[in-house]
Amino acid sequence: MMIERSSAFVIPTPKRLGYSFNWVGRIGLAVILFWCVIAVIGPWIAPHPPGEIVDWDYFGPMTGDFWMGTDYLGRDIFSRILMGARYTVGISAASVALACAGGVIFGMVAAVAGGWFDMILSRLLDAFNGIPSLLFGLVVVAAVGSSIPVLILTLAAIYLPGSYRFARALAVNVNATDYVTVARARGESTPYLIFTEIFPNILGPVLADLGLRFVFIVLCLSGLSFLGIGVQPPNADWGALVRENIEGLSLGAPAVVFPSIAIATLTISVNMFIDNLPTKIRDRSE
Amino acid sequence: MPKSLLPWILVTQRLGIALLTLVIVSFAVFFATELLPGDVAQILLGQAATPEAVAGLRTAMGLDEPAMQRFVGWLVGLAGGDMGTSYVNKMAVADLMGGRLVNSLRLAGVTTLVSVPIALTLGICAAMWKGSLFDRTVSILTISVISVPEFMVATLAVLIFAVWLGWLPALAYGANVDSWSAMLRAYAMPVITLGFVVSAQMIRMTRAAVIETINTPYVEMALLKGASRRRMVLGHALPNALGPIANAVALSLSYLVGGVIIVETIFNYPGVAKLMVDAVSTRDLPLIQSCAMIFCVSYLSLITLADLIAILSNPRLRR
Repeated sequence: MMIERSSAFVIPTPKRLGYSFNWVGRIGLAVILFWCVIAVIGPWIAPHPPGEIVDWDYFGPMTGDFWMGTDYLGRDIFSRILMGARYTVGISAASVALACAGGVIFGMVAAVAGGWFDMILSRLLDAFNGIPSLLFGLVVVAAVGSSIPVLILTLAAIYLPGSYRFARALAVNVNATDYVTVARARGESTPYLIFTEIFPNILGPVLADLGLRFVFIVLCLSGLSFLGIGVQPPNADWGALVRENIEGLSLGAPAVVFPSIAIATLTISVNMFIDNLPTKIRDRSE
Repeated sequence: MPKSLLPWILVTQRLGIALLTLVIVSFAVFFATELLPGDVAQILLGQAATPEAVAGLRTAMGLDEPAMQRFVGWLVGLAGGDMGTSYVNKMAVADLMGGRLVNSLRLAGVTTLVSVPIALTLGICAAMWKGSLFDRTVSILTISVISVPEFMVATLAVLIFAVWLGWLPALAYGANVDSWSAMLRAYAMPVITLGFVVSAQMIRMTRAAVIETINTPYVEMALLKGASRRRMVLGHALPNALGPIANAVALSLSYLVGGVIIVETIFNYPGVAKLMVDAVSTRDLPLIQSCAMIFCVSYLSLITLADLIAILSNPRLRR
């Protein structure tokens, strides 16, 4: 049966291809992009040097000179938040990239290989899921000490099992489809099956999962920094900024409020963006 | 094989997996705290120690034995209640822990008692009036609580209840809990914070469980026969949603384990989590191991409990 096509040329805009976002998703994306840009250019546009004491008053109020007040030493909070974006966004992005790359590769290999390899790997990684994430971080950092590479690797290790589980479940479904069976019957190699047949078909949901995992990592990193074992002074990510200034809480100091708001805007906007992804990307395998 | 045995086989299988997981988790904890840091004797004695002193301490502590043997020894000791001695103040870990554990359990217990009824009511109501203004408000609130760190919920609670309203003390834990009002004031802030974190998860999962049952044909039939919306949900859907709801409650309570670490630190509450965070700053490894194991065991038991409830409450497995 022939499908009748209209002869008029149709411009393939995102909307016509089914890739358009609604306005909630657009706001989310805008906030995410904003923080990413700040993470790169933050230190250059900061009005004061982030590590320098610029005000004699501690826990100062919001003024024209210090937009978000000053911290417990009299440093400018606005500049420190701009600098902190680099740590929070940078460390989280690096670990989520490692966790998802590892999880997805192992997940696809396990799904295609099956058998003992799949069973042992699944059992082992499921067991690691049985350790609460913050606790895992506490134990490792207690043992090897805190530095940025250690934080990135630890966070990646904590969230790799979840990513593996997700990718494996998707890959098992794709692996059972006819076109993969055909490719296998053609005699294609395992790497070909993984990268050409399976990977493109699980990419959409995996990217959505990456976004959610990014939120978990931001929360865990902030929690670790808040406990004092994350990013070490004099540097500070947003969680560490809250910890430093927690004494100002009973004074209602803006120094505690604004770093918290920064974390909340980032995590909530990622959630908003992921929740409103076009179904074509999110549920591609279904 | 009689079919009625099926749920019990699944239960045994699940318990076996939990036990295996516990062994792997304890190995991970042991590996992270004993093998990763390098030479524990060197750390204890500091940079200035002579090689002879380090070697002496290594022999005294049994660090020369193979790692596997030490692991088994540690595990056997742990099972028998011997948790070792603290590096820092030379006290038995069990003595350091005793009172703290009771404090933490009390905090968790009070939070559970407060949050479960509230969360279930809100979750069921949100499902009953799905799509209404009430449902949307609850959804937005729960998503907001889930997507911000626990310490931010605590910060907000302090700002609202202590700074603006002035009802409760800000960050101090009153050690003298002799009167009811003093106890109420001491527990209020930690319980409010933990309650928010746990309830948010519980409300979302309860709502999802009830809505899933509402979407089944037999509940729709009840509606078509003229049952009111309330009767349809409470009389027809709820009994079959009890299993998934109990599962949701156990799963949400496992969030207590992560939340309690932050909450005890921020409110200076003398529980196991505070002990552990302090032990991390002094690198007191035996104390960290024992605290970590306590948290892992409680987390694992809650997750396993959730799975067991899901298996046992599924009538399709019982026939």
